[in-house]
Amino acid sequence: MAAAARALGTVAMLAIVTSGNAVAQVTVAISCSALGVEAKLCREGAEDWARLSGNRVRLVSTPNSGTERLALYQQLLAAHSDDIDVFQVDVVWPGILANHLLDLHGQVDTTGHLEEVVRNNTVDGRLVAMPWFVSAGLLYYRRDLLEAHGRTLPETWRQLTDTAEVIMRAERAKAGEDRMWGYVFQGRAYEGLTVNGLEWLASQGGGRIVEQDGRISVNNPYAVQALALARSWIGKITPLGVLNYAEEEARGVFQSGNAVFMRNWPYAWPLLNAEDSPVRGRVGVAVLPRGEGEDGAHAAGLGGEQLAVSRYTPRAEQAVDLVRYLTSREEQKRRAIAGAFSPSITDLYEDEEILAPNPFFRDLLEILRGAVARPSGVTGVRYNRVSAEFANAVHSVLSGQAEPGDALARLEQRLERVSRGGRW
Amino acid sequence: MAPRRGGLTGMQRRRRRAAWLFLVPMLVTLAAVAGWPLLRTVYFAFTDATLFDLDYYQFIGLLNFRFIATDPDWWRAVWNTLFFAIVSVTIETVLGLVIALTLNARIRGRGPLRAAMLIPWAIPTVVSAQMWGWMLHDQYGVINEVLLRLGVISTPWAWVADPALALWSVVAVDVWKTTPFMALLILAALQLVPRSVYEAAKIDGLSPVGIFFRMTLPLIRPGLMVAVLFRALDALRVFDLMYVLTGNSPSTASMSVYARQQLVDFQDVGFGSAASTFLVLIVAAAAALIIIAGRIRFDTAGS
Repeated sequence: MAAAARALGTVAMLAIVTSGNAVAQVTVAISCSALGVEAKLCREGAEDWARLSGNRVRLVSTPNSGTERLALYQQLLAAHSDDIDVFQVDVVWPGILANHLLDLHGQVDTTGHLEEVVRNNTVDGRLVAMPWFVSAGLLYYRRDLLEAHGRTLPETWRQLTDTAEVIMRAERAKAGEDRMWGYVFQGRAYEGLTVNGLEWLASQGGGRIVEQDGRISVNNPYAVQALALARSWIGKITPLGVLNYAEEEARGVFQSGNAVFMRNWPYAWPLLNAEDSPVRGRVGVAVLPRGEGEDGAHAAGLGGEQLAVSRYTPRAEQAVDLVRYLTSREEQKRRAIAGAFSPSITDLYEDEEILAPNPFFRDLLEILRGAVARPSGVTGVRYNRVSAEFANAVHSVLSGQAEPGDALARLEQRLERVSRGGRW
Repeated sequence: MAPRRGGLTGMQRRRRRAAWLFLVPMLVTLAAVAGWPLLRTVYFAFTDATLFDLDYYQFIGLLNFRFIATDPDWWRAVWNTLFFAIVSVTIETVLGLVIALTLNARIRGRGPLRAAMLIPWAIPTVVSAQMWGWMLHDQYGVINEVLLRLGVISTPWAWVADPALALWSVVAVDVWKTTPFMALLILAALQLVPRSVYEAAKIDGLSPVGIFFRMTLPLIRPGLMVAVLFRALDALRVFDLMYVLTGNSPSTASMSVYARQQLVDFQDVGFGSAASTFLVLIVAAAAALIIIAGRIRFDTAGS
């Protein structure tokens, strides 16, 4: 009798607890980047969801540098912490963090999203992250300077070098313009340099560091040439300080009007055209140059962010719902218009409302389809080490501490060691 | 009551026991907070553990240490750290001595001056490193701006990017930050020197330089060596300055930056722990060297 009463009581309790979903208010913690306008857009999107679903959101800010953010995530996830439910995950991290992330297969619909990115986010058959926005490295240029000096948009790296040098010299000859430089990019020894270096190599026939089949292809004559060309820029068209530049430092130089060309991600576009930007209205965007001859191809580095749900969250249902909302058509469209964040849903690139503030989106889809991905898939959990070795090698060449041939030969040896002889 | 030959009186025994009772809580806490992690790190140094899955690892003996010993990046980091430690401690000691001697004199505003002097030391290293990073920026940093206007340099210098300048820039920022600390410690030692010694020296006709080298320096040597020991051990463990100013760049990385990169960026607990163990051994060796060379004694008050 007492046992039956207790059982009834338990069932009643369960019924009350589980039926109270609409009343229960959970706080979902999301960590998204604070780069540029990302923080504002992320907060707005998350708070919209919170209002619609009757829950609350808490934004956790993370370091700007991708390398540092990954280190933070890895520490949290290794400790099985439930502090953050939804993570903004860089395009090269699914392989590294896969064990700690929930499988979103069947819970969130991936139709309409760029297939390459969906494939990139699928590790061992599990969809560990939803594509949020895709990006590719772009060449920003000062339209007014090119027009004033009668130069056309460079198609190859050599043309870029020449054009940058000509304009830089002409501008510096004018009084008071001795700060002008030709080309700025990300040259600090971190993940960003891996992307820049990969772009140089892949566009000039130098391979992709590690090929899809695991072969280490980085030590080849085209790669040596590509690095030699980059080394020649330092001090001539690129300031020596570039060796410590990440994305924001390069943008600072270009936005203050002191550079003719800049390589950066699409996030810089709205910032360059903001009210307080000295170069407002004078900037154009184009595809990055390619190498000479038939081995040369336009090769923008594939970037972008995905959203993933931690495996250790007690609020899985709400977290997945937040991901579903943030990666939906409406939210991606809003972000594209407000912040030039290129959507991962392909037919949005034909939407006139998105093309109005971002005319370069017309060509962007083609660039994205041809973008070159870093070898994070094939190198799996060792990707960080590979990226650091490559960035260090490129940095040593750029700073003049090593010859390209020696540096790449040494890099090949070290990658052989890291990969345990090519078996990733 | 006279002490028994070869033994202790009851009161001495009681005091010894009381002393141990007071020490035990501190020792237990120290063992838990410092001893246990240290032993665990050394333990992991002999395994191939990773942060991906900390539960499954195997013993691999001295393999990690052999890898480190053959890694040119590690020896570069050791050299960077030793260079940084020796140069920065030397400069800080000399500058600290100068400042301490100045502050020891009876000048007006001595009190506020001493307080103001501590501001660089009080700012957290990460904050001041970030601040100096912006100031030393080659294109829009204020240092280059000032030097260019004064005509000292003709083109902006890349203070933290140029491999020839980067380590010196890190040393310079550390000198800015830590000289007050050294000055204060040396000032404390200076103030223990009785005035009568100086008066006697003046009566004997010793020049100020002679006073400094023959009287002041030997008298403050114990305090000075303690300050040098503190600073040297701190400098060998430097991390935040190099990490914030130059990231993981191998040309300026210190041993701590290297160990952290292995441990956190590459998730390799075994390798990172081996690097940390190596670091501890090097710091212990340096400490022993300084203590012996500086003839620092911990059991007597003063020389």
